[in-house]
Amino acid sequence: MKKDEVPQDKSNLESANFKELCYAVDENGEYTTVNSSGWNPKKIALDNAIDDINERIADAKKRVFNHETSPIEYYMELHKMDINILASYVGIWKWRVKRHFKPGVFEKLSQKTLQKYADVFEITIAQLKNIDHGN
Amino acid sequence: MEIEFTHHQSAHCENGVISNLMKHNGFDVSEPLVFGIGSGLLFCYIPLLMVNHAPAITYRAMPGYIFKRFAKRVGIKIKREKFKDPKKAKARLDENLNNNNPVGLQVGVYNLVYFPDEYRFHFNAHNLVVYGKENDSYLISDPVMETVTTLTDKQLEKVRFAKGAFAPKGHIYYPTDFPKELKLEAAIKKGIKQTCREMLAPMPIVGVKGIRTIAKLIRKWPKKKGTKVANHYLGQIVRMQEEIGTGGGGFRYIFAAFLQESSKILNNDKLAELSKEMTLIGDLWRDFAVDASRIYKNRGAKVDGYNDVASQLEIIADKEEVFFKKLKKAI
Repeated sequence: MKKDEVPQDKSNLESANFKELCYAVDENGEYTTVNSSGWNPKKIALDNAIDDINERIADAKKRVFNHETSPIEYYMELHKMDINILASYVGIWKWRVKRHFKPGVFEKLSQKTLQKYADVFEITIAQLKNIDHGN
Repeated sequence: MEIEFTHHQSAHCENGVISNLMKHNGFDVSEPLVFGIGSGLLFCYIPLLMVNHAPAITYRAMPGYIFKRFAKRVGIKIKREKFKDPKKAKARLDENLNNNNPVGLQVGVYNLVYFPDEYRFHFNAHNLVVYGKENDSYLISDPVMETVTTLTDKQLEKVRFAKGAFAPKGHIYYPTDFPKELKLEAAIKKGIKQTCREMLAPMPIVGVKGIRTIAKLIRKWPKKKGTKVANHYLGQIVRMQEEIGTGGGGFRYIFAAFLQESSKILNNDKLAELSKEMTLIGDLWRDFAVDASRIYKNRGAKVDGYNDVASQLEIIADKEEVFFKKLKKAI
């Protein structure tokens, strides 16, 4: 990549007001570094990944309302987590976390367990039980 | 209290932290040199492991390895520690700052407040330097950022004790002992040799063969997984290759810069020639990213597109195979 070919497309970096560093060659063939504001192929990939997460969140929300899953799954998706990550944050085994996705099991969870989830998601137990709170 | 520390922006966090800490201690070592000596370049597909609901592919060595190898090869000693107790982790950090010693920390990205929201994923192998403390705020030099920043006590504790894969567990590290002069020549040769060995490894998931495996998978994805999932996977490859930190072309440009710098240090013209060749290979990776993005841009893509980008990867794999065989002989 030549110095003047370093892409300067619009990207999500703009919101944090910074540019990333790229390596490129100058007129004399020497390597140098150039700041880049972003590159479209990356931006599209990132945007798609975010759309994907939003779809997962919307889907989880729908299933919570249909009593097919518990709010824990919704908040997990909201925090871009998967079961592995959530399990290690709350310090509960994966298979138990999975079980807590069942609305029936969720309703019977102790305050202590609910508090663990609420702490990880940084919400109150009331918000954890009712996903319309907050967001 | 603030330690006099000069922040230099780098493409990748781990190289950047090492390079900045070395410069602070009076050794002018560039980011590409750290990357090359630490054998940072790699291609590896990790089957079964899913990251963000897509297959895990990496373009570089495992987190922490670059520093480990670099330190061993140039003859510096590093001290590293992990903690169970956040209080102890904080005490050790403060102790070092009081001793005027800036330190490297491994952190999770998800709660790094100064990152744009869109980039905050559960990725736990990010690195930064803490170079002081003012009131309740730690002074942070994050190598991928243009300027320095700050984090509060709480914010720093949260990222130091992020959970999930590669959990940092408060990981703190800093160089403790330096030789009079760095043994750069021998270190460069060792770094290059290992990179060649890994890129040419006879395993289907590593190096050149790993690239071919991914090409094969890309051909299968649209039929096996449907276009939606296939596009998501393809997007993930491009993000791993180009997202903040690789310097472009999946680290190929940084590696080319390393070869150029090494050719001067070792007085070896062949490396300068090979640097040019690596730049061209980097350009091919960029072309691959452009064509892949055309596929996942309009979501209902044709199967031909997948075959095209797969063929591009196979061409890259062939070129890299020839390249690393030549590089092995050049030193």
